[in-house]
Parts: sequence; C-alpha cells; structure tokens
Amino acid sequence: MTDTGIGARVVRKEDQRFITGAGNYTDDINLPGQTYAYFLRSPHAHAKLGGIDTKRAEAAPGVLGVFTGADLARDGIGGLICGWMIHSKDGSPMNAGPHPALAQEKVRHVGDHVACVVAETAAQARDAAELIDVDYQELPACVNAADAKSDGAALVHDEIAGNTVYEWEIGDADLTDAAFRDAAHVTRLSIVNNRLIPNAIEPRAAIGCYDAAAGAYTLYTTSQNPHVARLVLSAFIGIAPEHKLRVIAPDVGGGFGSKIFIYAEETVCVWASRHIGRPVKWTGERSESFLADAHGRDHVTQAELALDKAGRITGLRVRTIANMGAYLSTFSSSVPTYLYATLLSGQYNIPAIHASVDAVYTHTAPVDAYRGAGRPEACYVVERLVEAAARELKLDPAELRRRNFITEFPHQTPVIMAYDTGDYGASLDKALELADYAGFAKRKAASEKAGKLRGIGFANYIEACGIAPSAAVGSLGAGVGLWESAEVRVNPTGNIEVLTGSHSHGQGHETTFAQLVSDRFGLPIDQIEIVHGDTDKVQFGMGTYGSRSGPVGMSAIARALDKIEAKAKKIAAHALEASQDDIEIRDGTLSVAGTDKSMAFGEVSLAAYVAHNLPEGMEPGLKETSFYDPANFTFPAGCHICEVEIDPETGVSEIVSWVAVDDFGTIINPNIVEGQVHGGIGQGVGQAMLEACHYDPQSGQLVTGSYMDYCMPRAADLPSYKLAFTTTVCPSNPVGMKGCGEAGAIAAPAAFMNAMTDALGTEDVPMPATPQAVWRTLQGAAPAAAAQ
Amino acid sequence: MYDFTYHKAGSLEQAGKLFKNARDGAFLAGGQTLIATMKLRLASPSDVVDIGGIGDLQGISVAGGAVSIGAGVTHAEVAASKDVRGAIAALADLAGEIGDPHVRHRGTLGGSIANNDPAADYPAACLGLGATIETSAGSHGADDFFVDLFETALDEGEIITRVKFPVPKRAGYAKFPNPASRFALVGVFVAETTGDGARVAVTGAGPGVFRVREMEAALDKDFSPAALSGISVSADNLNSDLHADADYRAHLIGVMAQRAVAAAG
Repeated sequence: MTDTGIGARVVRKEDQRFITGAGNYTDDINLPGQTYAYFLRSPHAHAKLGGIDTKRAEAAPGVLGVFTGADLARDGIGGLICGWMIHSKDGSPMNAGPHPALAQEKVRHVGDHVACVVAETAAQARDAAELIDVDYQELPACVNAADAKSDGAALVHDEIAGNTVYEWEIGDADLTDAAFRDAAHVTRLSIVNNRLIPNAIEPRAAIGCYDAAAGAYTLYTTSQNPHVARLVLSAFIGIAPEHKLRVIAPDVGGGFGSKIFIYAEETVCVWASRHIGRPVKWTGERSESFLADAHGRDHVTQAELALDKAGRITGLRVRTIANMGAYLSTFSSSVPTYLYATLLSGQYNIPAIHASVDAVYTHTAPVDAYRGAGRPEACYVVERLVEAAARELKLDPAELRRRNFITEFPHQTPVIMAYDTGDYGASLDKALELADYAGFAKRKAASEKAGKLRGIGFANYIEACGIAPSAAVGSLGAGVGLWESAEVRVNPTGNIEVLTGSHSHGQGHETTFAQLVSDRFGLPIDQIEIVHGDTDKVQFGMGTYGSRSGPVGMSAIARALDKIEAKAKKIAAHALEASQDDIEIRDGTLSVAGTDKSMAFGEVSLAAYVAHNLPEGMEPGLKETSFYDPANFTFPAGCHICEVEIDPETGVSEIVSWVAVDDFGTIINPNIVEGQVHGGIGQGVGQAMLEACHYDPQSGQLVTGSYMDYCMPRAADLPSYKLAFTTTVCPSNPVGMKGCGEAGAIAAPAAFMNAMTDALGTEDVPMPATPQAVWRTLQGAAPAAAAQ
Repeated sequence: MYDFTYHKAGSLEQAGKLFKNARDGAFLAGGQTLIATMKLRLASPSDVVDIGGIGDLQGISVAGGAVSIGAGVTHAEVAASKDVRGAIAALADLAGEIGDPHVRHRGTLGGSIANNDPAADYPAACLGLGATIETSAGSHGADDFFVDLFETALDEGEIITRVKFPVPKRAGYAKFPNPASRFALVGVFVAETTGDGARVAVTGAGPGVFRVREMEAALDKDFSPAALSGISVSADNLNSDLHADADYRAHLIGVMAQRAVAAAG
C-alpha cells in the first residue's frame, strides 16, 4: 500500500486545472470556421403552430441557415426517445407522445424548441431569431400534475387520453389491504415533493462538426454518458451510424442527472453542421437552463403506514402522481417507478407494501432524473411517515426505527430489492452519539427561553446504486444494460492509461480511479492517467449516474487489473525462473517471495512489449479489457440527524446541527466522499428549505425563471457537518463499494423536514419550508401551498 | 444585448449634452441594473452615456451635521468608510448588505436611487434620514424624490450628483432579504433625527419606499422597540409574490421596525 492507495486522502489531481481556469469545457472549444446556433423557444405553454415564416430571418445579416421541425422531418431525423419501457398495471405499454427536436404542429411548454438559427456570430443568430414570424394559436394549458387527469384538462398530446403516461403498480395490494384492516395504528400523510431545477454550474453546450471527407460527424457535448448519447443519436434519432459519429464529452461542470439525457439542442447542432458545412456551436444561457433542462422530482403522494400494537410496521400503502412534463425525457419513465417505489421499504422490515404511480403529462418542461432520482422521493415518504408515526404513538423516533430495522441479510423486500448487507443500528447509534441526542431536551429548553423553536429530525435512508445488473434492469424495461467497461493499457515504460466508460463531471475520477491502480501495483499516482469522455478513444461504456462509477465503473477497472496482474506475474515468473504463485507485487516491484530476485514493474511491462523472452504461447503486450456486469444493486444506507432552530417572529429557520453517518462500503478517498456528502446535503437542504420551481398554474409561464426567484442554497444556509462512516463491505462487487454521490440529497430533505415538523408541532408544513410557509404554519392558517 | 453607442462623459456638462443629443439615451453609472436589463434585451437604449468617470460624483465628506456622499460612490466604499460609520453606522451597514460583493463594488448610490427599485435598500436610508438629493438641476428632498415604482422626481437628463444625509441622534436598519435575490423583501430604516423627530421608512414591501407615521409618532414618545408593539401595518397596497404575500410583508414590517430600533441602540 502506498500513500496514494485505497483509503488515502489524496488531493484531487484534476483540481489544479479547474481552479486555475485551465479546464477544457465544451464552450472553451472553438473549431475553425465555427458558426453559432440560437434556439427560438415557445413563449406559450400550449399552442398550435399555424405556420413559421423564416424568410426575414434568413435574409438577416450573417445568417447561414434557419431550421424548423419540418427540415428535420424532411431529413428523416427521428424524435427524442425515452429508453425505459414501463407497462401499466393493465399490461399496456406506456403512452409515449412524439418528441421532435424542433416542434412540429404544436408547442407544449414554455421554452419548447421552435426553430434554430445558425449565423456567423451568436448575436446575429439571436437578432435573426426575432425576425421569425410564428403563428401561435394559443390553447389552454394543464400545469399541475394533480389536475392532469381531471375532466376538461387540456391534453398535452391529443391522442393520449387523460394525459396518462402510465398507471403502474408494485407490491401486493391484497396483502397490504389486509395489513391495514388489522392495524392497531395507521399514520397518514399527504406529501408534495417539490419540483426542482437542476442548475449545474456549467450550462449545457454543444458543437456539431461534419467532416465531408470522412463522411463523419463529431459532437462535443456536455454529457454524463457520451456513448449512450452516440447510441441514441445513431440508432434512434438517425444522425449517422455509430462508426461515423464521434461524441466527446470533455470537462463537464456538474450534471446531477441533467446531463444524462439526449436533448434537442445537441441533436440539431450535429445535424445542422452538415447542412451548414461548418461547425455549429450552441452554448446555453442560464435562462435556457431554467426553461429547458430536464427538471426533477414533482410528486404528489398519499401515504399510509400500518403498525401493530408493539409498534412494528405491518404495511405501507402509497399512491403517487408523478409529473413528467410535456415529453418523456431519456430515462424519465424509470424514475417514479423502479428508482422510487422499489425503495419504499426503507431500512425496515415491512411485510406488505403496495404502491401505485400515475405518471402524467403537463405543459411544463420534461422531468427526469436529478441527484437521487426517485430515491429522495421514496426516502421522504418513508421517513416522514415513520417520524410522524413515532410522534402519534408517543415513541422515541429512534426507538421506533430500531424496532423495525432489518437486521438479517440478505433481506428480500416486497418491492423487488434484495438488500445484501448493512448495519442500520450501528449508523443510528453513532449518529445519536454525535448529535448528542440525549442533550436535546436541554437545548430545546434553552431555545425556548430565547424565544426560539427547536426541533430534531431523522432520516434513516437507503438507496440502490449502480442501477444494475443488466438482465435485471432489462426485465424491468430498461432499453440498455447497466454494466461498465474498462481498458487498462500498461505502456512499455510502465506507466498506465485507464480508459473508462464512466464519465467524471466533478466526481474526481482522475484521482480515485488512479488510487485503485496505485494500490494494486504500488505505483506513484502520477504514473497513472484516466481517460474518459471520448467515444473514439474509449470502448463502449454506460457513463456516470446513480452513484455507479465506484461500484460498477471501478469494479470493471479492478477486473481488468486482475488480468494485468496475472499476466505481469506470468512474465516475471518466466524471467525470474520462478513459479507465478510465488510472485508478489509491492511498491512497484514484482519479486519472488522469500528471495532477493525481483523486477521493477516497468521492466515487466517492457518485457511484455519487446517480447524477447515471454512464456511459451503468450501474446506480447500488456493491455486488458473488462466489461463488468454487477451481480446486484448496491445499498448504501445511513442515518442523518438534523437540528433546527426557528425564529417564530419571522419564520426563518437555521440548521444548527447536522450529523451524517453513512455506510458506503469500502471508501477509496475520504476527502472525495466527504465532499460528495457535503454537496448532497447542500442540494437536499436546497430542496427542503429554499428551492421550488413554480409555474403559473393558469398560463404555464415559469415564474422562477432566474436566480431572482429560484433560490439556490448558499454557504451561509448550511452548517458545518459532523460526518462519520460505519462500514459494511459490499459483497457483490470486487471493490466492496456501494456508491456515495446521492446519499446526502436522499437523506437531507426528510431529515430537515422532520426537524421542522418537530419544532413546529405539526406535520402540515409544505416543502420547501420557506420563512413564509413557516410563518403561515405558525399563524395556524392553512399553509400556503409550497410551490404547487 | 442590442447594439448601442457608448459615450464616456468627462464632465456633468458633457454628459448632459451627450444625453440630450441621443435618440434614446441612458446614463450608465455602476451598470448593475442597466447592463443586466440590456443583456436580457429588456432595455435597448440607442446611446449609453457613462458617467462613472466624472470626478464631481466622487467622494465622501462629513461636515455641518451631514454626511455628503457622491452619487458615483460605490456601496463597498460607503460600507468601508470610517467617516460614514462614525457618523451614521446604520448607513454603512445598509450599504454592506446590498446585493453581493460584485454588486457592491460596481453599484453606486446615485444609480440605486435614480432607478428607485421598490426593493432597493438606499431609498429607505434616504427617506428614513430625510436626505437631500442634489442634482445637476438643483436639489430634492427625499420626501418628494421617490414618486412611484421605478419613478423619481428627476427630469429627463437630470443627473444626481450627491446625497446629503443629516446625521441623526441614532438610526438603525433591519432588512429581511428575499431568500433568492437578496433584495429587501422588507427593509425598515428608523432614525431619531435632530430636527424632524423619528422617521420610519419601509422599502421592499410596497410599490415604493414609504413612511409609517403611526410608528414615527410612537417613537417620538418613546424611541424603543416596545413602543412599536401593537402597531400593525395594513396589508392593503403591499406587494404579493412567491416569496411573501401582503399579509406576511405587513407582519414583517412590524418585526423589522422593532429590530431596526433595537439596532439603533
């Protein structure tokens, strides 16, 4: 083990270039002859397109082309797709409305793409767009999910009745009904999980480039998964065959899910580059991010928890309406189903669960995965219910949880998941200690004396990460497998390139992935290079989302390293005239155990490439590939405890303490994992305290279309966290990792809201619990609906 | 942003001339509102006359019982000024709470009050202290200056040169920031003046900054937070938006007024 191996607090290799402005983001790339695209967007939530007159725009200075949906259709360019088939409970496939990259016949949300102007400069493109005459015939809009199925609601897709995407269910309804019939106590909650706008620091951008000589396209784009983008753009949208399309996702400034999806803008830029005959670049403005990046969450839920006399949970019934927006984004259908309802068992032994999910269209931006994707929504339902049940039963919330924890593994829940390992009691105990739970009553009394309300809230979250194995997700409707690939190239001089199908957009893969290699061979970390994000360099891979780069991406690397290690040992054994079983690798040296015979790692790699003295029948070279398909999901879990203090005069709340005790399995780099927890909690607190995407319920105009109204968390909103880890090693993958990228965002909303409801003495507080909402609650009036 | 012609004025006189000759001119000071509005294509002046370099608009001085601040002085300069802090600490505190560091280092006193954003902080200080706004054409008392939403007593082409704030016996400002924008959702400036009794000015809550006479009368009798308890402000005509409806704003005026009095010491 070196000081750069597994578990070492290695400083992030990539940060030097990021903090000195030397990163290479899509907008930093400028190609010779580059032109600029501007997208004309719908100002209406719902309108019929009578006609689009582009003549004046085409004649404007600098304009090279003006494109509409009709041009795409003429070229046979297909619409954007949703890659996960969900079947309704009656067996019918989900209703996927058409999703053209540029609107045809109708616009369906404010910000919908109407036309694209390409010009010599960005300003000329934008000026010309104002000269496009669009005949919008305005129609009534359906904005809120709860209204989407009601009689007379405006239809988003004329052919889809009731705006129904699907009516899906999971679990055993009869068994669950029986549990409620026999229950000693039932806790019921109405829960709105507020809609969020992702806000990665780097807005989306794309450059399409057609090389007429090669008959091939290159697309630079802000993507979390360039190979999947290439596959979709080739096989479904029809830009070009995969071998004639290269997708490069260079440095990407944050994704949080919003850059998984294949969007209209990148599709049009790469397609238009052939018509223009020059590269076409688009860089989204922040206002465009608000309007047209896929949003997150937006559930309306009725939830019930049944308990017996002993305070044991006997059943859970959940009915959710999920807002999908106007179109089904790339993975949207999976989020409120298999990424949500399969986690409704939480950390608890619940014998009967039934959940039904109605997904609906509305005249709003598409909704898809956002940090946590379904799992924060599930955690919020379960943990709010459990906390409320404890209060109703006058039980300590820690005690009620402990009574119901799953303690034996593996554990099969009634909703598909088979938890492999965990120790929920250990996380809870550690968190109670760090939070000084025993001293809470004293602190509450002190707050009261100072005229403040104090509350404490728990979130004992669980999540499923990796989103794999392929056969399992295939049986649930996924259009792709969720394995990952790695290629490890040892160069003749002994330095190493790792080509990974994962993509780093803030996660620090260049550091952690290199640590895995450093650990294996005892090599210095600067001798290891991580290559990702270019379909011409890297073998097909599935990309980064769902906290999968550790458990799945690094597992693929580990498997490839196994092969490298085996071959290197054979070469060394042959050269040193020893048995390969006796070869040990330490500190960059392969030696024969118990002797002074050894070869440096670089000598072995050189031997592999000069090939003068290899074992009989061995091929030269030292390069190995692995396609790793995991055996199970992974199940990170933990306990977060939040303590708040509220100023009842103003409704302002302050987080005075936050404890997070997480079980992520093996930790490669504590610095990076702690950073992920900090960021995740920050985003979760954002949702719970501050952020609410708000559309005008009648017009469908986005009211929170800028930072003037959409409230992101700031440093001052967040406390200094107390973090700890309790570790159970994941048994299903070779690195023992569970994933850590989403945990904070999953646990935080429930922990914060449980603390707020504790302080306020009522469950009837909307999320986000803004000062106004809190003040209204304290007035005893019906709380103003949060965002919905 | 649409194309426009940029002019750099070296003097007030030149600025006036450039503006007069423009088809649709706009003065640029710190640009913290104008530039953003132009970038969003919501404003499209034909000519922008930059008055940021005019020396007459600079400088802070304290004399004759008043703090005189040049219209071109940035919020950061006011916040950091020992002279301002020594004479009217509440004014320095207010300047230090405007926007973010970028805004405070570019935005100016004159730009803020000429724009008269209903959620801006400075109008509360001007009205609360009974300031005099000096311009290229004369001067205005604060009570007459702030007319309505984004509307002031300034004539076309009239440029604010300095603002004179009478030094009060004591003063305080309490701001409840909009959680997203950090503009004032409700900001209350209170002062016990030397010649005009107590003044209470509220920004953020209505279509423009306004005084609360009932609170002033109560503070005239007893300048203490307790004197304000029981005084409620009507929600009629107050702003309602996503972050605060009129009732909540009315309530916050009471709370912030008490806190401002407490801060005044």
